This record gives sequence, C-alpha cells and structure tokens, in this order.
Amino acid sequence: MMVRVLLPPHLRALAHVNGELQLQMDAQPTLRSVLDGLEAAYPMLCGTVRDHVTQERRPFLRFFACGEDLSHDSPDAPLPEAVASGSEPLLIVGAIAGG
Amino acid sequence: MSRVRVLVGTRKGAFILTADGKRDKWEVSGPHFAGWELYHLKGSSVDPNRIYASQSSGWFGQIIQRSDDGGKTWFQPGTPPGESTTGPGGMPKGESNKFVYDTSAQTGKPLTTHQWYDGTQHPWEFKRVWHLEPSLDNPDTVYAGVEDAALFRSTDGGKSWHELPGLRGHGTGPKWQPGAGGMCLHTIVLDAKNPGRIYTAISAAGAFRSDDAGATWRPINKGLYSQYIPNPTAEVGHCVHHVAAHPSRPGLLFMQKHWDVMRSENGGDSWTEVSGNLPTDFGFVIDVHAHEPETVYVVPIKSDGEHFPLDGKLRVYRSRSGGNEWQELSKGLPERNCYVNVLRDAMCVDTLDSCGIYFGTTGGQVYVSPDGGDHWSAIVHDLPAVLSVEVQTLQ
Repeated sequence: MMVRVLLPPHLRALAHVNGELQLQMDAQPTLRSVLDGLEAAYPMLCGTVRDHVTQERRPFLRFFACGEDLSHDSPDAPLPEAVASGSEPLLIVGAIAGG
Repeated sequence: MSRVRVLVGTRKGAFILTADGKRDKWEVSGPHFAGWELYHLKGSSVDPNRIYASQSSGWFGQIIQRSDDGGKTWFQPGTPPGESTTGPGGMPKGESNKFVYDTSAQTGKPLTTHQWYDGTQHPWEFKRVWHLEPSLDNPDTVYAGVEDAALFRSTDGGKSWHELPGLRGHGTGPKWQPGAGGMCLHTIVLDAKNPGRIYTAISAAGAFRSDDAGATWRPINKGLYSQYIPNPTAEVGHCVHHVAAHPSRPGLLFMQKHWDVMRSENGGDSWTEVSGNLPTDFGFVIDVHAHEPETVYVVPIKSDGEHFPLDGKLRVYRSRSGGNEWQELSKGLPERNCYVNVLRDAMCVDTLDSCGIYFGTTGGQVYVSPDGGDHWSAIVHDLPAVLSVEVQTLQ
C-alpha cells in the first residue's frame, strides 16, 4: 500500500521534494512504521521529526490525518484506513509561531 | 589577487559576502537555508572550499551542512542529494545531525546533570551546535561546541559525531549552569603550534584547556572575578563570553568575560584584567589583529541588562598594547540612535597585509574595516539579526 505524507515546507526543502511524498508500506501502517519508512527513504530527515535517541515526536510538531489529531496516539496504533489506502495524506505540521 | 569571503550566520539564514582585496565592492549571496537559524559557519584553513555550517530550528532541531565548493552548493554530510540512501559498508546516513552525549564507562563518571537556573541539578539535553571549528591540519576533522555544553568531534567530514567526554567528565560539570542564552560551549580555540592543545569556553562555566587533544581537561579560570556568583573567584561558574588568540603566540589569550576584559600570557593558567580605560567592559566579542598579537579589538556594550552600545553610539575599541590602553574607533560607524548588540561569534579578522576587521550586529549590519579599524563601512545594512561572522582570506 502507498501512504501519502505531507511535510512542512522546511523539511520538504531538506528532503529535496516538492509537494507530497509517497511511501510504499508492506503492512498496516502505523505512525512508527511510516516515520521509519520516511527516515529510511530520506535519511536527511532523521532527527528532524522525532528525536534521534528517544524517538519522541519533536515538541513543535504534530501529526494529523482525516481531520484528526494523531499526535498523542500510540506510535504503534494503526493509522486510519483512508491513510493506509492512500486516499488521505498523513500531515506533519509545525506549530505556528511568529518571529 | 587576494579575495575575501565572509560567512555570515543569521536568525533567518546564511549569507556569503565576497570582495577582492580592496574590500570596497561586495557581492552578496543568500539567504542560504532561508528561514533557519545559522549559529555558525566556518571554513577549513586547509581546504578553503570546505565550509561547515550549523543550521537549526526550534521545530526541526539541528542540521549540519557542508559545502565542498566554497559555499556554492551545500549538502548534509552522509546524505548528498542524488546518492543512494542505503548505506553500504555501514557508512553513516542521516547521522550528521546526531549528537548523543557519551555515557560510556570510558569516563568513569556519570555524565548526567548540571546545575539549573534555580540551583537544582538538571539532565544534559542537546539543543544545538553553537560553534564549528575545523581542524588546522585535516579538512575532514571538525569540532562542534554544543548546548547543553559539550565538545564533539567529527573525523569523517561531519558525517558522524562523537563527544570528547573528558570535558564534561573532569569533575566540575555538576557546577556548570546556563547563562541567559543557555548553557553553551561557544568558543573553541585550537593551538596553532601545539596540536594537542585546545581551549574551550562555556557560559556559564568558564574556560577550559586540554593538552592531550581533548582527552582530559581542566578549568583555567584563575584570576577571574565574577561578582554575580556566590564565590566570585570560584574554579568554575564564570560567564566567559569569548576567548581569542593569535596563531603566532597561542599562549597569549584574550577574554571578553560577562564583565571584564582579561589577558593571559600562560595559556590560561592565570588571568589579569586589562579593561583599562574602556567606557564599559561588558561585551561579547573579542579578537586579535592578524599580524599584531598585542592588538586587540572589543565592542563595549552598556551592561548585562542593556545589551546595546553606550549612548546609542556604536564603537569598536582597539588596544595596541595588549589591553589596558584602549582607543575608540568610530569613523564610519553609527554616531547616534544605535541600539544593536554584537554577539560573541560575530567578529573576525582577515589575513591580508592590511588586516581587515569585520563584525555583525543584531540589527542586520555587517561592518568592515580594511585598515585595521581606522575606517568602517557597512557591507550590508538589512540582514536578519547576525549571529556569527567568519572570514576566509583566499589567494
């Protein structure tokens, strides 16, 4: 199955991608498996979405899909079916801040 | 003809300013890494086309960037664009921004906590790289000073980083505490004549020296007096803002402390105050003339509570006697209504025959004096707040 991921603009620049990216997943996708796949395909993103060591989500980032905030879900929980089927993207969103 | 390349780190990207040896007509490229904080960029003296950059953000953390063509193109070491993203032979991929504190038994001490603002102990937490110092003999070896304070080294061109744990582990670490800007290792000085000697400085811990290439360390703060800490002459706890040395006399050090400008003639074994006639001895930057080891530059700042020049007048002060006697340099600098700051890594000197002095401000100006400080002009006026300025002298 193909999962669609939309990164914040700064991470798209780091990864040298425009717009959404797609990740091929072999099993029911979870946040952990999608982020693992993202970092494997785009190693320059390691450490930018989740901490290198703790694997915790960076504090100013959140995960959304299908209008739901998934930021505090278990990283091993299945992502919504619409994400697994590729009809909806997983959104990685940076906190809005001035400056 | 000789040229200069000025590497400017700002709150919103990096800029590269180039000129010929006259230093009167400048080309500006940038912003590179637009929107990111660039705490520091520095080129290798061995291979001037090799430049390292510290790119960071509150959202996405730390990134290390490298250029092998003098700043025209950049990549994250270990993950160059267009190359396979799989890692044959175990080559680090995506680890150029991985700074993990050493907790091995090698140091023989737990490296777990330092002092927090309120005096309680607090775990070490990596935040960013403040300063990158390329080795003087190998372009693939580079040191990184980080917040929370520690020293890291890469020997593979920035692809992977390893802490030199003897600094945090030598015993005084639990007494270190953050300054207002965080607990950062911001200064790394490599001794040009003794490859084993390294100086570092940390806010607010003090200055430290290694004589064995970073394996073991000791504080070198004797003679510092800091009235804002419980024991003004403590072994550590001093808020050292910057340290500078001249390559030909590396045992001669100059320090801009929180308050006080200091001098050491013995590699930091002891310090004496040389603030002399400075109108205020608070400040951040300090640097040494390229050809005159006793000619020193500072930018006095009003106070620790008011980080701007006295009387709204931006002035550099120069001592040609190694301190104590200071001369005001203001030709070409703002005479009034100037309330910028000059941060600790934002002054540098080139090595042309007529030594050029450079500094950047939090108001986005980068100034140059091509004649050792006598006359100044702004290369650029309106950059984002300048965090660091380094210059490369190119043949």
